Amino acid sequence: MSVNLRLTRRRFIKGVIYSSAAALSGAGVYLASAQSRPAAAVERLLSINVNGRTRRVDVLPQETLAHTLRYKLELTGTKLGCNRGECGACTVLIDDVTNYACSTLTHSVKQRAVTTIEGLQAADGQLHSVQQAFLDELGPQCGFCTPGQVLATVALLKSNPRPTREEAREALAGNLCRCGAYDHYLNGVMRASGQLS
Amino acid sequence: MTYMHIGKDFTPPCAEGKITGAARYAEDFKREGMVFARLLTSPVPSGMVRNIDVSEALRMDGVVGILTAEDLPEQARPGIPALSNELTYVGQPILAVAAISEQIAENALERIRMDIERRSFVVDPLDSLVEGGPNAYPEGNVMMRGENGMELRPLKWSRQAVEDFRAGREPAAEFTTEWSYGDLNAAFAEATVIIEEPFVTAGYPHHSLEPRTCMAYWENGRCFFHGSLQSQSAANAPLSRMLGIELDQLVFINETTGGGFGSRIGPYSFMSIAGYLSRKVNRPVQVRITREEEFFIGSARSGMQGWIKVGVKPDGKVAAVDVIIVNDGGSSGSGSGSSSAGAISVSYQPAAMRFRGASVFTNTTPRGAQRGPGQNEMHAILAPVMDKAARQLGMDRVEFRRINAPDHNSLIEANQGPVTSAYMREAIDMGAQMFDWQAKVNQPRRNGSKVIGIGVGEGYHGAGNNGFDGLIRIGPDGRIYLHTGVGNLGTYSYAATVRAAAEVLQCPWENCEIVRANSDRGLPHSSGQGGSNTIFTHTRTNYVAALDAVIKMKEIAAAELGGTVDDYSIDGSRVFKTATPAEGLTYAEAAQRAIALGGKYSGAEYPEDLNDLTKLAVQKIAGTGLVGVSKDNLEKNGTAPGLAIAFAEVELDLDTGKFEIRDYTAVAECGTVVHPKGLSHGMNGGGVWGFGMAGFERHVYDPQNGLPANVGLYQSKPPTFLDVPLAMHTAAVNLPDPQSPFGARGIGEPAMGCAAAAVMSALTDALDGHLFNRTPVTPDMIIEHVAQYTYNNKSLKTNTF
Repeated sequence: MSVNLRLTRRRFIKGVIYSSAAALSGAGVYLASAQSRPAAAVERLLSINVNGRTRRVDVLPQETLAHTLRYKLELTGTKLGCNRGECGACTVLIDDVTNYACSTLTHSVKQRAVTTIEGLQAADGQLHSVQQAFLDELGPQCGFCTPGQVLATVALLKSNPRPTREEAREALAGNLCRCGAYDHYLNGVMRASGQLS
Repeated sequence: MTYMHIGKDFTPPCAEGKITGAARYAEDFKREGMVFARLLTSPVPSGMVRNIDVSEALRMDGVVGILTAEDLPEQARPGIPALSNELTYVGQPILAVAAISEQIAENALERIRMDIERRSFVVDPLDSLVEGGPNAYPEGNVMMRGENGMELRPLKWSRQAVEDFRAGREPAAEFTTEWSYGDLNAAFAEATVIIEEPFVTAGYPHHSLEPRTCMAYWENGRCFFHGSLQSQSAANAPLSRMLGIELDQLVFINETTGGGFGSRIGPYSFMSIAGYLSRKVNRPVQVRITREEEFFIGSARSGMQGWIKVGVKPDGKVAAVDVIIVNDGGSSGSGSGSSSAGAISVSYQPAAMRFRGASVFTNTTPRGAQRGPGQNEMHAILAPVMDKAARQLGMDRVEFRRINAPDHNSLIEANQGPVTSAYMREAIDMGAQMFDWQAKVNQPRRNGSKVIGIGVGEGYHGAGNNGFDGLIRIGPDGRIYLHTGVGNLGTYSYAATVRAAAEVLQCPWENCEIVRANSDRGLPHSSGQGGSNTIFTHTRTNYVAALDAVIKMKEIAAAELGGTVDDYSIDGSRVFKTATPAEGLTYAEAAQRAIALGGKYSGAEYPEDLNDLTKLAVQKIAGTGLVGVSKDNLEKNGTAPGLAIAFAEVELDLDTGKFEIRDYTAVAECGTVVHPKGLSHGMNGGGVWGFGMAGFERHVYDPQNGLPANVGLYQSKPPTFLDVPLAMHTAAVNLPDPQSPFGARGIGEPAMGCAAAAVMSALTDALDGHLFNRTPVTPDMIIEHVAQYTYNNKSLKTNTF
């Protein structure tokens, strides 16, 4: 048989997730955008609020926030575990609400405040109370899911400062940990909410 | 014994980076001029690529090169080739395209034309074993010893043998592997209870959360390689061989690894793509893979189809075990049947035992080590089988395990070798008390559609090696530099084990610095960190290296201040005369003297028995301080066992078939506890993995087309926060192993096996002793059983939904 087929499912946004060269190569950006641009003109140069700073960034029409953060703003604490909304490693806060950055278009956050893991630590280096609690409880194992777990906890405690353990695991259920560090993470949530000393 | 560091919690230096996002994984590294590679993978389960036309792809703007199987050295067959024209599973890499962006590389793949000659394929080992059944490779379906060593050959069973096997009867058939000890017939003759059952366990992918990434570039004839492995230093020798370069031409950099679980023990063949492609296009090349590709090339557990016969004497002692295991070896043919059987010999100490098995190639993803390969799935199956025996004897299930538990005098595995120590009865007693076994067994079990099940299960894996090297350096500033080749895969054992050196040197942790993550920093040879061995193996290496440093400091002090080595002691970061403590040298002064003296003191000379990588490491740091370096030549007689016992309470809903694990307690028998929080992580994480094995995770291949049906995480499916108990309780016996300087052994793998076994035992208990003999046990299986639709667990079918 003669075939020319790739073993790929139809991807969420074909092509966008692979344009890593944008961070490194002008040619890469040009080629990627030329091939992916829809017929209607879309604003390219965006101002987005990330970690309290306004960042000007060249964004393709169908670019995901995870891509923008990791490969254009070099905020690599946002991890890509699956790139299709299954694992939660790319969790960020948008107006204090958890979102999967891999499944969020950067163009959709223009008027909103994005917080990544890098935005939690104070300017003087002091850890956010959730980070400190996770450190005290040694929450992470391999650490790949940890930024997402921390941000999901920050969002939870904003809406529910003293969650029960059951409420905490419900809130964090969108964040997969393959190492199985769930118990330690829940201890971190309890410590951060002042319920564990 | 009270230690300064051993048994104490501490904050590993990498932990803060993990909670701030600063920790760097392989994909976080970039290099000027870096290009990106994408893989063209097999769309068919079996076939041969006859023609490839890459001309159109190569003409595309931005494409810088293509790597095919012809560009790589000849690869072992059958095996796990990095790139191949012989296709043995869907998703197998055929070639790689490098371009200035991943998108261009991806687009270029679609311009490649190729002709594929299809072959017959098979996804169920028994469909291949049966006479006339297809083979995964043209030459055969198993590896067997022939005139030229191990050869790929066809192994066929008669239709009657396969039918018997499927029906739970001993088949009259040929095997590739066999071992036994004791007089099996005589031992069965002593048994009053005989249990005979078929069983099936599903294979499934590791799905480490970090999709594996490699980045390589070449400078001045050296390859700088960023990768993601369980061990740091176990990479260097095999990876340099893979790339065709000398050991000192490779710089391997691996700061953080996003999970391993056996799939990243040593360099995987995929890594050679980055190295060879980078050399071919003369630019840095990064190859990162998608979650989907991680399923295909990230390795997987082998499945089992089997038959077991257990004979138990009236006093509850297991007299004999006869077991047959057919492994689903996937396209690599890897199976763990012998290890599975060996685990039975450890946990139940049968007087006589026989194992027969074969690992059969199928056209599914390559298989490899996955957390307790063989042992854990065996314990999951074994727990309900042994429960059945205990019930028939009228014996409490915990007491049954206690009677058969291994101790210091036990002999284990096929060769019936000794153990370094074993305190399993102490672990069982501790766990039963913590869990309140008797009270739970006696509690009311039924509440409407909900029914409570109580279970107990064991875990075992060999947990310690020897013969690796340790390396430490005392700087002229008095700081202790703890060089380690142990990787940072999430267990924190890289930090826990170097504390053994700090302990020997009686040095405050604040005065220590761990040197790791980049082989150019001078890192000693280390184990591959598979098999739960790191804690045992590398507390030993750090111990001998620190001891070497102490002896050298005493020699230096004795030469300068008089007396002999025996006249000196260490404390407070000083080496001093025991009788007159004021006479001595600080560690800083001793290190300054060592630099001046040279020779063995500064690392200019070193023992000949060191591994070549350690010799290179010593050469890199020679002259920068007092060097303590040694191979671990300490005594080791027998297997260092990692043992664990777990107890689980499940609440099963007879209306939905769903179950919740309401309570979970696990006790580790791993010698002295080195790092309590690390142990807790290992036990809890292993527990979660065990829950996944018992209730969720499995491969499902479509037998008609050879396509995998559950590639994604949500289908596969690793447990989430909601699939595990709200709180998990763990503890450790904490008694020292005499063959470890600090008494420590490993535990990572048994932590999973005991959890899977305990949940399987609890499910059987909830259903009045019904044995599913299959992992995972899914809600549909439970519903079918409750509805009295006989779930055909004797068909040994794989790939079930």
